[in-house]
Amino acid sequence: MKHLPGARPGGARSHIPRMALMFIVALFSTLASAAIEPLQFADDGERRRFNALAAELRCLVCQNQSLADSDAPLAKDLRRELHELMRSGRSDEEIKTYLTDRYGEFVLYRPPFDGRTWWLWIAPGVLVVIALAAVALIVRQRRRLAGTDTRALEPKDDEEW
Amino acid sequence: MIWRLAPLIGFVLLAVVLAFGIRLSRDRVPGELPSVLIGKPAPEFTLDGLRDGEGPVSSTQFLGKPWLLNVWASWCAGCRVEHPVIEALARRGDITVVGLNWKDERGDALRWLAQFGDPYRAIATDPDNRVALHYGVYGAPETFVIDARGVIRHKFVGPVTERHVQTILLPLLATLREEAGS
Repeated sequence: MKHLPGARPGGARSHIPRMALMFIVALFSTLASAAIEPLQFADDGERRRFNALAAELRCLVCQNQSLADSDAPLAKDLRRELHELMRSGRSDEEIKTYLTDRYGEFVLYRPPFDGRTWWLWIAPGVLVVIALAAVALIVRQRRRLAGTDTRALEPKDDEEW
Repeated sequence: MIWRLAPLIGFVLLAVVLAFGIRLSRDRVPGELPSVLIGKPAPEFTLDGLRDGEGPVSSTQFLGKPWLLNVWASWCAGCRVEHPVIEALARRGDITVVGLNWKDERGDALRWLAQFGDPYRAIATDPDNRVALHYGVYGAPETFVIDARGVIRHKFVGPVTERHVQTILLPLLATLREEAGS
């Protein structure tokens, strides 16, 4: 997702002095800890609530990551905002409304069930029903065929196979 | 007979669905999200100005004439791409061009302006994403078209191009003029 400092076309070559390599490694090691930020929680309950909310909200930059997973700068800003909204005593629902009023429903990993999204919610169920019906149909057909004389299955001269 | 046609029917259905998807995405930046703020009042702000001696910049001071809020930063490559288009818009004079310097360092931003030119009537600074968050900004550049009454009418995600200006912005400005005249 991002351009790492020190990355260059051609990559690291063997003649790069060992000191330089060590320096590059040291650079990357600070990136790994960049996502950890000093948000203060009163107790474990508050921390759990924060983590649950952050996992349900989508990072808008890395669109397939949640706020909890992403270390994009924007995700960090939104985690800070989330923390402040929680501290100001808003409920989970109020926080979600606050964010969808600004970023749209896309920010929710779980879309609401309404006039536009109902088909999204029921589509998997419908597909499973269709698939089961198809399997049942095929099984029944085969069972019926198994009971009959197999010579009837041999190709006839007028068939185009 | 119907079973022999099944693969063909499946193929045609799949082709229709994919063609529909391609049509939908033809004129969009990948990953672009529609703004929920279009038709809503632009969130009010008062922020420090960027330039030396530039006092606070407030959203209310631009009421009465359509204005453009261009979210940019010195670290943003797309902003460099769209900069000539923004400059040309500022020269037209029928829309106030306001900058919102987003998540940037003041020194870097001033150097960027010295290098590429400064077309902005005013530049508000939002280093910690306090105001842009209310606008639903999720990247730079983003550009909002706000009418004389302070309502957001359009949002460009990604660099504004000459084609955007011709096909979207100028017709919208004509509409806004009609609204103001009636």
